[in-house]
Amino acid sequence: MQMQTPSGDLCSIPALLARNARVHGGKPAYREKEFGIWQTWTWAQTAEEIRNIALGLMILGINRGDYVAIIGRNRPALYWSMVAAQMCGAIPVPLYQDAVAEEMAYVLDHCGARFVIAGDQEQVDKVLEIQDRLPNIEHILYHDKRGMRKYDHSHLNWLHDVAEEGKAGHYRVEAELDARTAELTWDHTCVMLYTSGTTGKPKGVVLSNRNVIETARNSAEFDRLGPGEDILAYLPMAWVGDFIFSVGQSFWTGFCVNCPESAATMMTDLREIGPTYFFAPPRVFEGQLTSVMIRMEDAGRFKKWLFDHYMDVARRVGPAILDGKPVSGMDRLRYALGNLFVYGPLKNTLGFSRVRVGYTAGEAIGPEIFDFYRSLGINLKQLYGQTEATVFITQQPDGEVRSDTVGVPSPGVEVKIAENGEVLYRSPGTFVEYYKNPDSTASTKDAEGWVATGDAGFFEEGSGHLRIIDRAKDVGKMSDGSLFAPKYVENKLKFYPNILEAVVFGNGRDRCTAFINIDLTAVGNWAERNNIAYSSYQELAGHPKVLDMIQKHVEEVNASVAQDRMLSGCQIHRFLVLHKELDADDGEMTRTRKVRRNIIAEKYADLIAGLYDGSKQVSTRTEVTYEDGRKGYINATLEMRDAKVVPVAQSRKEAA
Amino acid sequence: MTAAAQPLPAEGWTTADGRKIGPVLMEMKNITLRFGGVKAITDISFDIREGEIRAIIGPNGAGKSSMLNVISGFYVPQEGEVWFRGAKRPPTKPYEVARQGIARTFQNIALFEGMSVLNNIMTGRLTLMKSNMAQQALWWGAAQREEDEHREKVEKIIDFLEIQHIRKTPVGRLPYGLKKRVELARALAAEPKLLLLDEPMAGMNVEEKEDMCRFILDVNDEFGTTIALIEHDMGVVMDLSDRVVVMDYGKKIGDGPPDEIRSNQAVIDAYLGVSHD
Repeated sequence: MQMQTPSGDLCSIPALLARNARVHGGKPAYREKEFGIWQTWTWAQTAEEIRNIALGLMILGINRGDYVAIIGRNRPALYWSMVAAQMCGAIPVPLYQDAVAEEMAYVLDHCGARFVIAGDQEQVDKVLEIQDRLPNIEHILYHDKRGMRKYDHSHLNWLHDVAEEGKAGHYRVEAELDARTAELTWDHTCVMLYTSGTTGKPKGVVLSNRNVIETARNSAEFDRLGPGEDILAYLPMAWVGDFIFSVGQSFWTGFCVNCPESAATMMTDLREIGPTYFFAPPRVFEGQLTSVMIRMEDAGRFKKWLFDHYMDVARRVGPAILDGKPVSGMDRLRYALGNLFVYGPLKNTLGFSRVRVGYTAGEAIGPEIFDFYRSLGINLKQLYGQTEATVFITQQPDGEVRSDTVGVPSPGVEVKIAENGEVLYRSPGTFVEYYKNPDSTASTKDAEGWVATGDAGFFEEGSGHLRIIDRAKDVGKMSDGSLFAPKYVENKLKFYPNILEAVVFGNGRDRCTAFINIDLTAVGNWAERNNIAYSSYQELAGHPKVLDMIQKHVEEVNASVAQDRMLSGCQIHRFLVLHKELDADDGEMTRTRKVRRNIIAEKYADLIAGLYDGSKQVSTRTEVTYEDGRKGYINATLEMRDAKVVPVAQSRKEAA
Repeated sequence: MTAAAQPLPAEGWTTADGRKIGPVLMEMKNITLRFGGVKAITDISFDIREGEIRAIIGPNGAGKSSMLNVISGFYVPQEGEVWFRGAKRPPTKPYEVARQGIARTFQNIALFEGMSVLNNIMTGRLTLMKSNMAQQALWWGAAQREEDEHREKVEKIIDFLEIQHIRKTPVGRLPYGLKKRVELARALAAEPKLLLLDEPMAGMNVEEKEDMCRFILDVNDEFGTTIALIEHDMGVVMDLSDRVVVMDYGKKIGDGPPDEIRSNQAVIDAYLGVSHD
């Protein structure tokens, strides 16, 4: 069967497109909600649209091996542009659309992009702002025409015009385009993706057609994905996951990619589409659960009782039913009633009625959150991956899903644990190289093709599932020699809905301390219910009652950390609640919302000093960057609290 | 004051940022409006040109809103003439004025609170609907086709003003800044030649004001709509408008481009007060 053996003629995305147009021609390939209606393009129409863009690019003079930067939110035209660039023998480079101009300048300069395809005026403005430093940029194309009328169009083109021109002038360039498309092989670069990088400058990860297509095939077979799936494309196009789900797997299996109307309507669109295959980072699931819980708090007594009662049933038997384990007839009946009254409508509201396979990855997910979705009958699973592996390293097979592991090695992937506990892998998806950076390539990938993930972990005995503890470089030692794994503790803290982010310090010190960010939605709602008035985030974050609540959470986490013999030294002795949210615009987090520990430690050195010298409070002044790039300052006086810790000796006894 | 002395070219001109200002669209000639013995407007003349953003400013009680109501046909002045598109306008009902292509927003929002954003904006198309009430009630044939066309136009406006996420939300549940935007959307739905905005930024925070400014400029730029607005925020007025009329105690005390108004002594006195020593 064609699906089983990728033969010579299916070794590039354009080749898959041609097959889909032939085999699935009348099936929907893309949908986008525009003007309040879902607009649909079939595979045949998509192939034509992509071909026109490619012809237009040829007329503009695109060369083999050119880099084409794509910047914008998920829209069909931008996905098509990526494939059109591939047809011309060029390499698409999707960029994070919320990056500020400075961050973009580095990437555009590093890849030497000749073409930039931007979603709208906002993105064009950013490119124009830095263009004088980027002599390589020759053409800027844009998709959304709005506000663009008055710009100097000598090097600026509306994508639609480019496609129309391509269509009109196809005789001139058609032969050359077809020749270039035909010469694409397994080893040609499929896409280049810049890693957000928790440290240092972003690196361009080069992925070949082989990486993308083999990975797409393996992962699609693992979850039995077929041409009937619907996905919602809403995660950044620059992120490897979106490329694999919305391009790799979609082109391999022929399923439909749905693009939301705008970021603000994502939840409504999710509900309207009801995807069958869904991917989200834990924060999306957390956000949804928080909003459900907040709404239930405000519900009438009967509804609340109904919800609580059936959620208890679900928590007890739901996961077992999902995993196909034996469950008594009575419980099955109760669950079926619950499905009728609570789970069904709730899943519908959340947009998960049709989800057959759901994944979460990127960060650890709280067990309560994970179990909540699974108990509703949503097949939510975890996977572990990274850009360099073309996403998949390990994933959880159906029926073997747990919140504290990341599953077994994906098909075709070999995983081993190094001496120092670091996880290594080798797979068909292993990246080719870091672009123009042989040193980093050599230090990440060894001669035999093993790639170091930078994460420390171990295989659990018995189940053979991988467990990740922390970033290998973040795992350190306390001054008494015991293990310091900040992420492990931070994740436990973040599982509380009131805590949005936490940063734990203590490497090389005698005890651990923590910065906490409150979650404004959850804490704000709590404040409202408890008649606590506040006028700003800062005021709420510094409220004594909020501090009391956070202290309780920290102490609970300490008790739980103390249970783990290896990590009991990581209990938090002192903490503070930060006066501002950690933000990617201030460089405190990556664009994928991972905390940048070192930058935070540097920026808030005075606060850390305060935590260790025993001060009751510390005044500080923090620089903040607004969305438009302007800078300002916040002054604050923060209270530092002591948290109760469980003596280690006692915990050992308890554990024994 | 030499620039003001010279008459403006009748066929219009091009602004510094490349927008075309056309010939006179509406002209107010010696308007006087009285409520009993109170003179709200005294002998005011000015014109509004095609494609321009024209601001009317002045301290509280200067007669700005009355002026806007004269333009929109709600008040009929006792003296003076209103010329629209080259013809003298007889005293008309406001709905006739709306049909002629003048739409407005209100200082204190006048939306249907219980209706969704979408339906509120749809009401803006009422003057453009051809099918009669019976057809619409039956919602059959022509009425149905017509509604689809109107809906499409409305959706374009929703997209333009970036309010897709509240399309189905009842207006009553929206925050103030968004209500203002919905009101603008409803006015735009009438596809006006002349758009009247009564204090579009009143009570907004800085961010909402910036958004609103951008939308007003975009509307002017994309649809070529002529805009006359009343506004208190001087910074906004000076940035937005091509020409400004300044009123004080019902009289016109200044008229010209923002730079000129800024240095006009009468205007400065009206706003800051004059010391009587």
